[in-house]
Amino acid sequence: MTLAQAVLDKDRLALSRLLTRVENDTQEGRAALAELFPHTGKAHLIGVTGAPGTGKSTLVNQMALHYRKQDGKRVAIVAVDPSSPFTGGAVLGDRVRMRDLAGDPNVFIRSMASRGSLGGLAQTTAAVVQVFDAAGFDVILIETVGAGQAEVDIARLAHTTLVVEAPGLGDDIQAIKAGILEIADVLVINKADRPGVENTERALKSMLELAHPVKRVFRHHGQTMTVPAQEVEEDTLLWIPPVQRTVATDGTGIPELAEAIARHAEHLRQSGDWVARERARLQSELDALIQETLVSRFRADVSEKRYEEALSQVIQRSLSPWEAVRMLMNGRKG
Amino acid sequence: MSERKIRVLVAKPGLDGHDRGAKVVARALRDAGMEVIYTGLRQTPEMIAEAALQEDVDVVGLSILSGAHMALVPRIIELLKANGQESVKLFVGGIIPDEDVPRLKEMGVTGIYGPGASTEDIVADVRQSVLAAA
Ligand SMILES: Nc1nc2c(ncn2[C@@H]2O[C@H](COP(=O)(O)OP(=O)(O)OP(=O)(O)O)[C@@H](O)[C@H]2O)c(=O)[nH]1
Ligand SMILES: [Mg+2]
Repeated sequence: MTLAQAVLDKDRLALSRLLTRVENDTQEGRAALAELFPHTGKAHLIGVTGAPGTGKSTLVNQMALHYRKQDGKRVAIVAVDPSSPFTGGAVLGDRVRMRDLAGDPNVFIRSMASRGSLGGLAQTTAAVVQVFDAAGFDVILIETVGAGQAEVDIARLAHTTLVVEAPGLGDDIQAIKAGILEIADVLVINKADRPGVENTERALKSMLELAHPVKRVFRHHGQTMTVPAQEVEEDTLLWIPPVQRTVATDGTGIPELAEAIARHAEHLRQSGDWVARERARLQSELDALIQETLVSRFRADVSEKRYEEALSQVIQRSLSPWEAVRMLMNGRKG
Repeated sequence: MSERKIRVLVAKPGLDGHDRGAKVVARALRDAGMEVIYTGLRQTPEMIAEAALQEDVDVVGLSILSGAHMALVPRIIELLKANGQESVKLFVGGIIPDEDVPRLKEMGVTGIYGPGASTEDIVADVRQSVLAAA
């Protein structure tokens, strides 16, 4: 039996070992991914991003508990933490906040180091998520490194992206960096038990109104009129990210958050965005693979020596980079 | 293809006190280029074995100050075996009386360290144990 078959049979040790091979991008891992691919595309991928210490891991813990208890869903968690740029090592500490999930065979938590990747995920996080998807997990929660900036990679990978804020992080400007609204499908104000939650909410909502006008106010015959956005915009398929308050340490607001996430999934299906996202993601995956394959084919066809010769001609300005490429690709002698 | 990283679970079983020592060792292993999964205080043997399974670690490092090592260690070894992870190397740090050392080694513990042990030694032994098994 192959590792991939064992994973489909819900063998947890096989799953764990395969995750390592996929994380390390080995031949065996790639072969297994190919075998598992027809079984993917069923899970709801939920990204959780936000500045360090906003409570992402604690929130993921509560969300997983909720999905287990309310819906009986099988939940996988991929938690990414940064690797040291100097030593390549890492301390992965997200599990510390997820101890409530211990002992449940329908929860699987895997920590990943970013290994030099800068976008908040590791290079192979998407592939690791695919393995969980094929293994039959219904919900996959992906916690990013939390660099605190717009992490486009997670928005590309996940169906639903949560951006987690917390009061008192220098709300108004600092935490709400440009771009974060573009990736947020749901905005979470965690630590809602802390003072300053109203300020954070106000700041977020005013940013949201700039990005997505909620209502328009104008003067008509001397009276102030308010027109809801739907009438102005016609576009009822527009998704406006809701702002949800939570206290991840005690679970307050989690059912409401789960509802908002479910509404978003429903919106994606209704609007056709689910398919569109899937298409965009698979297309970029395919494109990346094509590029990689072409590059390695090029390396195999063109000797190091010819490449070096072309490079030194480029450095001497006797050949332009474009001409060098044409020459190398045509297989002509330099 | 990236080089294979050594993955280590650092856990603090039992109900006693602080995890300063465990954190120092975790950082030293990180600084040596390893990936350390840190699980925090008050881990049961079941939690430790489950985390070791999910994280597919090469090494489990335990910090035990409570004196309960003769109960905890065999239980953890038993659970690792039950999960098919008999090849995982086990290291124990803490206050371990001399007379317990041979018995722990017999059970299959690879390295045992007292409070005065140098982190360089621990790091070197961990790396050596994984390379030797590869
Ligand atoms: N008061 C309060 N504290 C919280 C809440 N949620 C999390 N915390 C605390 O905030 C701290 C950080 O929580 P984590 O869940 O580790 O935050 P994180 O965003 O995952 O952190 P990194 O992974 O390091 O970026 C912990 O001490 C939590 O107990 C909350 O709702 N209220
Ligand atoms: Mg975290």
